[in-house]
Amino acid sequence: MIKINNSGPIDRVLFYILVPAFLINLYLIFVWSPVEKVMGDVQKIFYFHVGSAWVAFLAFCVVGFYSVLTLIKPKMERFIYAGISAEIGVLFTTLALLTGMIWGRASWNTWWTWEPRLITTLILWFIYVAYLFVRKMEGSWEKIAKLSSVFGIIGVINVPIVFMATRWWNTKLHPVVFGEGKDQTGGGMEPEMLATMFFSIFTITVLYVFLLRKGAQIEKMREVIKKAKTNIINKIAS
Amino acid sequence: MTYLLMGYSVIFALIAGYMMILGKRQKQIEKEIKQLEEWNQEI
Repeated sequence: MIKINNSGPIDRVLFYILVPAFLINLYLIFVWSPVEKVMGDVQKIFYFHVGSAWVAFLAFCVVGFYSVLTLIKPKMERFIYAGISAEIGVLFTTLALLTGMIWGRASWNTWWTWEPRLITTLILWFIYVAYLFVRKMEGSWEKIAKLSSVFGIIGVINVPIVFMATRWWNTKLHPVVFGEGKDQTGGGMEPEMLATMFFSIFTITVLYVFLLRKGAQIEKMREVIKKAKTNIINKIAS
Repeated sequence: MTYLLMGYSVIFALIAGYMMILGKRQKQIEKEIKQLEEWNQEI
């Protein structure tokens, strides 16, 4: 008998942290944090926008980490974690891009502009979409794991470039949030806004860990089933 | 306000969409496990 319920105590703890954290986060965003004077209500997109971008970076760093390990010694578990992390990374990069576009439309009066941060983020998104397609290729999983790991490592090199884009190319269009000014604090935000932003980052990070574990458990289960099916087929054949 | 609503709709739709994909995968696996158990009984 194979156990279907694959969630352990860590998943339950994550879930019980996640639900209230999400509700508190919404309260902080919509009620507690002040309304920005120039942009008004639309600035409240910022909290999820920054959180999504942060989690996308984290997810791609995890892909990079598992990709390096896979290149050293291919193991199914490493391959699975890299794949699920890439999926979540693409999801949150999509969110960061879309919320950025909506915010840009409201504040810059355009959906898209060819600005360094946006271009590098779009390139990052394309690299990991390509990575996911490579993983779907036919063939032995070791070969695919090695090939996709190369993509994963190329992609993770782009992460610091995306982060530093606004600083290196010094564009004033996209604000620098972390480490601006002499005291290296958040770009002139109210303390309530800063606290809300950090709480959003925390909440979305917990969501990332929860989704990563859940996704990896499902994929591991799929592998167990594949092996069991092969065994049964071999039994019937013999 | 319209843009704010649009932004959060996109956020929740995409997160919910990914969770649904994971749910679908889990159901598929449950199906395959049942199939395996049937095969096992037949053998």
